[in-house]
Amino acid sequence: MLTFIVRRTIGLVVVLFAITVLTFLIFFATPGIDPARQLAGRNPTPQTIAAIKHQFGLDRPLPVQYALMMKHLFISRDLVSYGNQALKVVPAIIAATPVTLSLVIGAAIIWVVFGVLLGLLAVVFKGTFVDPLIMILALIGISMPVFWLGEVLNLITQDRLHNTFLFHWVPPLGYVPLTEDPWQWFLHLIIPWISLSILYIGFYARVLRANLLDVQNEDYVRTARAKGLTERNVLVRHMLRTSMITFVSLFGLDFGVLVGGGALLTEVVFGLPGVGLLTYRSLVALDLPVIMATVIYGAFFITIANAMVDVLYARLDPRIRPA
Amino acid sequence: MSTNGAPLLEIENVKKYFPIRKGLLGREVARVHAVDDVSFSVRDGETLGLVGESGCGKSTLGRTILRLLEPTAGDIRFDGRSIAKLGRRQLRPLRREMQMVFQDPYASLNPRKRVGAIIGAPLQIHNVGDGKEQKKRVRELLEIVGLSPEHYNRFPHEFSGGQRQRIGVARALALRPKLIVADEPVSALDVSIQSQMLNLLDDLQTEFHLTYVFIAHDLGVVRHVSDRIAVMYLGKLVELAPGEELYAHPIMPYTEALLSAVPIPDPDLSDQRERIVLQGDVPSPIHPPSGCRFHPRCRYMTDICKQVEPPLVEYVPGHLAACHHPLNVDGAALARAEAQAKQLVQAGVSAAPEPHK
Amino acid sequence: MAEHLLEVKNLKVSFRTEDGVVKAVDGVSFTVDQGEVLGIVGESGSGKSVTMMSVMRLINDPNMRVEGEVLYKGRDIMQLDESRMREVRGSEMAMIFQDPMTSLNPVYRVGDQIVEAVVTHQTLDKKQARARAVDLLKQVGIPHAESRVDDFPHQFSGGMRQRAMIAMALANNPDILIADEPTTALDVTIQAQLIELIDNLKDDFGSAVVLITHDLGVVAEIADTIGVMYAGRVVEFGEKRQIFYDPQHPYTWGLLGSIPRLDRPKLDRLHSIKGMPPSLINPPQGCKFRPRCPHAFERCMEEPELASHVDDRDHLDRCWIDVDTKRAIRTKTIHGETAAA
Repeated sequence: MLTFIVRRTIGLVVVLFAITVLTFLIFFATPGIDPARQLAGRNPTPQTIAAIKHQFGLDRPLPVQYALMMKHLFISRDLVSYGNQALKVVPAIIAATPVTLSLVIGAAIIWVVFGVLLGLLAVVFKGTFVDPLIMILALIGISMPVFWLGEVLNLITQDRLHNTFLFHWVPPLGYVPLTEDPWQWFLHLIIPWISLSILYIGFYARVLRANLLDVQNEDYVRTARAKGLTERNVLVRHMLRTSMITFVSLFGLDFGVLVGGGALLTEVVFGLPGVGLLTYRSLVALDLPVIMATVIYGAFFITIANAMVDVLYARLDPRIRPA
Repeated sequence: MSTNGAPLLEIENVKKYFPIRKGLLGREVARVHAVDDVSFSVRDGETLGLVGESGCGKSTLGRTILRLLEPTAGDIRFDGRSIAKLGRRQLRPLRREMQMVFQDPYASLNPRKRVGAIIGAPLQIHNVGDGKEQKKRVRELLEIVGLSPEHYNRFPHEFSGGQRQRIGVARALALRPKLIVADEPVSALDVSIQSQMLNLLDDLQTEFHLTYVFIAHDLGVVRHVSDRIAVMYLGKLVELAPGEELYAHPIMPYTEALLSAVPIPDPDLSDQRERIVLQGDVPSPIHPPSGCRFHPRCRYMTDICKQVEPPLVEYVPGHLAACHHPLNVDGAALARAEAQAKQLVQAGVSAAPEPHK
Repeated sequence: MAEHLLEVKNLKVSFRTEDGVVKAVDGVSFTVDQGEVLGIVGESGSGKSVTMMSVMRLINDPNMRVEGEVLYKGRDIMQLDESRMREVRGSEMAMIFQDPMTSLNPVYRVGDQIVEAVVTHQTLDKKQARARAVDLLKQVGIPHAESRVDDFPHQFSGGMRQRAMIAMALANNPDILIADEPTTALDVTIQAQLIELIDNLKDDFGSAVVLITHDLGVVAEIADTIGVMYAGRVVEFGEKRQIFYDPQHPYTWGLLGSIPRLDRPKLDRLHSIKGMPPSLINPPQGCKFRPRCPHAFERCMEEPELASHVDDRDHLDRCWIDVDTKRAIRTKTIHGETAAA
């Protein structure tokens, strides 16, 4: 176990280093970038720009700038945004994190529950119309781009059908912290949750169905039936249990990506001030410090998620555990 | 050029270990002693049967002989030439002379390639003849193995197990090799197809002057095809004898038990004979037992068997065994073995054998 | 007359496929009595596995059609509804399969899987069930059963896994143990251990055994009666010694002749049955073995019934050749020509 942790930690550091360097280089290779100009504000004079360049160390060689940025990020944690000098990057990310977590965790619960349910139903009712119906619905769910779906949901719930009994309760776009008002927090997140999870429900239902069908013909399932177990027991205790291994691994990776800021489009469409929205804005404004911070945040979570998936996999499949 | 009767293949002190790595830096913490110091030779035109159970190393040895695996130690000489350390390029032309037939007819043929392409692949790789000549040769080979030349364009899944195995043999024969290592070629086949296959292999050997190393776990099959038989246990060669001699007078108790375990399709005989049923499983090749590796399961075991590994010595001309309590040996044979053992003892290896009972 | 423990009457199992209807089992009948060991011998495609899987009603294929009767203790289990059948499965009739590597669920402990078999059919609490599991593992010869009961299947060797499967099958004291090629995937010394085990246990547990195999050597040891199957039919059926010493069907002769024997001098050439097993979609007309039979004649275009042609009325076969001719011509096939010197 210790070896594992040490190895993964080293891996994490290497990944973070590589990603930050890459981001840094890409940023400076992008045409039209001039951070000094961004920082200088409106109509800067050449002297102002030069002064700012010097003040922020932007005239130093790249490796030095990189080192400086890392120092401000990790050590003194006082890195400021290029676009808005009042914005301290690190606290901004920390403040945005609960929003993203609320969105992703809620959606995850929904998509796991419904994904498993639909996958099971498709297998139980294989041979009837239910199976292809579920699969088509799943395919539709996967095919709809999440931002389009989000906007359509907004259109319906906020505008067209807002005054009907169905959707009058839907609050305006935005976020309310859990600590402030749990009920409002909940209401604000329902539609975003649905929007984000539809894609994944579709995908996971299909994955589970495929795994279950694969496993159906395994010898140990035949043994379970030969023991006289009910079909339900065979399905849940033998087929589902082994199919969940793949399911959980995929889930871990998807979840990691989403927490790491992958729910970007959903946050934008629904006006949720999470890390995704922060990333989006910083990309549009080409605000390097914020980009850097969000990139690191994302890489961190994805690496952790990967490591957790490996641990979980070993828990679920005893063959993988070290002797 | 080897003359008839000279060894075509000689392996000397061959070892193949697989490392088990653990820890941060992947240190080797243990090894699987798959093949542990095996030596024998195979004469031109002969069939050497290599027999043993799972984990004895016979398949690993088969692949190591052909350099599909790299030997950890020891020498392999093919046609007088040492090939254990040859580089890839030098090895290439030699590969035409040594080929392999695999066990699983369902797994050893690429399901996406047509049969003609599968059999013709060796010809293509070694640039033998042009396209037309290659096609002709493939059709010839299909006939030789008892299939129809029209099968050229079919896919493996259209054939039965026995037919697929024939395709595998055709592929092995494509380059007119001298040596064929057959790794359990009939184990996956039904009894009636098995006998067809064995007859075919027999005929091919005569017609093309092939030398076989025939790996199997079925003693009846091995007896039918082999001139001499080598018995392996847990990486070691424990007995080597001409076929009939091995079955009539096994020396090593493991061989005795192995022979006894083979079911005989004759109820009365089956009832009458003494069945030696070994206790326990084959131990792990990672931590093989000390001394004679068979000692934990051997009913003649004494102290010396636990401490000292018995040397492989010749009891009767052509019949070697490694045992401290050999069976079926008379005084003369014992004396002979003792003399050899003494020489090995001087090399610090072991003790002289005592007879059983 | 005492009724048979299991009586299969004219069982037919067919599968609709794209290429046509596969008649996997085409009119199979046999009986098994209390405490008896029946060996069903056949090669791939003979229908031996499908027969017993159908008896246990373990095949769940919507394209399958089953006809015929299977009388277990006098009642036709083909007519039982599924929940009643489940009570029979695993408790009165148990089955073990060929590949022990894959027949146990890799994510559950061996003990838990045995416990599952026990609690499905008996009302025992967890402690009692576990104690039973340990006990069973001991009976099948697993050393250190108390600790090994918590191991996972991959920590067992092939032979031990098969023993654990046997323990699981015997957990509810079944009347019939069906073993589908239980030793085919195992080494010959392990096979010997397992056959000896099954032989001993059947008496301890009072179970009849149906052993499916392609190995005539295995049935020579342990079976009381033998049924030889070919192309979905039983072609010969009788008491063991009858089958081995007075075989009545050319396929049986072919099987006996194809086996390289350790107890006989080495043969120059093994007898081999020419050709290949027939298509089950378009089987040959008349006797199904006719295309491969060196002794076929005109009458063979009409399929023979399974009947007794010898003194022993329980020894049945499907062949038109008269008995005396058979006894004259079969020696060469079975014993072959011995090698010189």
